[in-house]
Amino acid sequence: MSFLLTCPHCGSRPVDEFRYQGEVTRRPGPVATLRELTDYVYFRDNVAGVQREWWYHRTGCKTWFVAERDTRTNEVLRTLIPAPTGVATPQ
Amino acid sequence: MKDIFRVRRMWRPRAELKDRYDVVIIGGGSHGLATAYYLAKNHGITNVAVLEQSYIGSGASGRNTTIIRSNYRTPEGAEFYKRSVELYERLSGELDFNLMFSQHGHLTLAHTDSSLRVMQERAEVNQILGIDSRVVHPEEIGRLCPQIDLSDKPTWPIMGALYHAPGGIIRHDAVVWGFARGADRAGIELHQNTAVTAIETDAGHVTAVQTNRGRVEADVFISATAGWSTLTTGMAGVRLPITTHILQAFVTEPVKPFLDVIIVSAQMHVYVSQTDRGEFLIGAEIEPYTTYKSIGTFSFLEICSRHVLELFPQLERLKVLRTWTGLCDLSPDYSPILGRTELDNFHLSAGWGTYGFKAAPIVGTTLAELVSTGKTPALIAPFALERFHTDTLVSELAAAAVSH
Repeated sequence: MSFLLTCPHCGSRPVDEFRYQGEVTRRPGPVATLRELTDYVYFRDNVAGVQREWWYHRTGCKTWFVAERDTRTNEVLRTLIPAPTGVATPQ
Repeated sequence: MKDIFRVRRMWRPRAELKDRYDVVIIGGGSHGLATAYYLAKNHGITNVAVLEQSYIGSGASGRNTTIIRSNYRTPEGAEFYKRSVELYERLSGELDFNLMFSQHGHLTLAHTDSSLRVMQERAEVNQILGIDSRVVHPEEIGRLCPQIDLSDKPTWPIMGALYHAPGGIIRHDAVVWGFARGADRAGIELHQNTAVTAIETDAGHVTAVQTNRGRVEADVFISATAGWSTLTTGMAGVRLPITTHILQAFVTEPVKPFLDVIIVSAQMHVYVSQTDRGEFLIGAEIEPYTTYKSIGTFSFLEICSRHVLELFPQLERLKVLRTWTGLCDLSPDYSPILGRTELDNFHLSAGWGTYGFKAAPIVGTTLAELVSTGKTPALIAPFALERFHTDTLVSELAAAAVSH
């Protein structure tokens, strides 16, 4: 069985309606070294546990939001629309 | 005569976990066991322990769709897998174990102009390296596989295919068991139900691993844990560019021999072969989200069945017998991560996504050479972890993105 995601606008929907965009990462500053940039672009925590991750409601309201999901069970603990912070990482 | 039916152990259970070995291999799958086997066979290193958290071959080695091929896109990848196929071709004799390797041909279908162009490029790369691979048109596909629907009725009619005659299927469990038996006979210790719980490091050097059965020191450590790689290397503080996804497959009830080639379609996200038992073995693409939960989805069964029926409408009354899931360690460029890490005695086989099983013998020989000589073999130098720091990727997206 797959799992359900709660879109902040549309409510509980099958996961196939959404696009997954990976774990929440922090973009390096404008004067980053190559190592900082490659760390940001390629390297991932890939946690076995609760992960903060981006989702996009592809076939619904087209909203980007953040979910907290346990990758060991696929249980979604909560979903939220992050406050605009000027950086890619939500609070 | 009655000896035929006597149950024989293929490898010895090991009661004692010693506190020191020359080499400790974490992960008792095809890669870990192949490395152990070639350490003994090619280099005479037998004071080796293979630590497996579950049972031998319980991970991706026992869950893949058993396809062996070498028609990759990049020269680095194609050369690497070509050597692997060559090793597989002699492996049954070498291990004295019938691996049931059957090279009956591999067809990657093209349904669009652009995929036909990519296949032409793959064929050119392959031919330069001496790999039997060429683009065939629908008339020849009809001769190689008269069962397939070549009409204009499917959503995406077939325009051509990349034909790779040496491609085939093998008995995956036999590969694991053959390597395990070979390693055991050489004196290497296989420890099942032995999970590594911590890795001790000191000044850029791994000193020991903690397991649920005690602490083990060694000169060299190798991680070959596929979907769990990030967690394994994370214990040593080595970060990886890997995400873990599930890949699913299913088999139908067995029927008489009907299909003797492997059919792959990236457009339809599906690959089909018929096993020696008569089951149709059908697999698809990984799930897009990362997860460590090995459980299948209904949408996979529904979409995959629909796409298979577009290629083979004759299969519409077959019943699905069973379905399963495995964990895949996907790298950003669809090429493996092989060899050294930033810790000087901690080596790695990871980033295998959906194509690790077909590389087991060449991973074993090259990692064993790395351990024995201390030098990275030229064949695997392009796949170093360091390439992600220097941004020199080896993109196999075109030839490996659909999981077969």
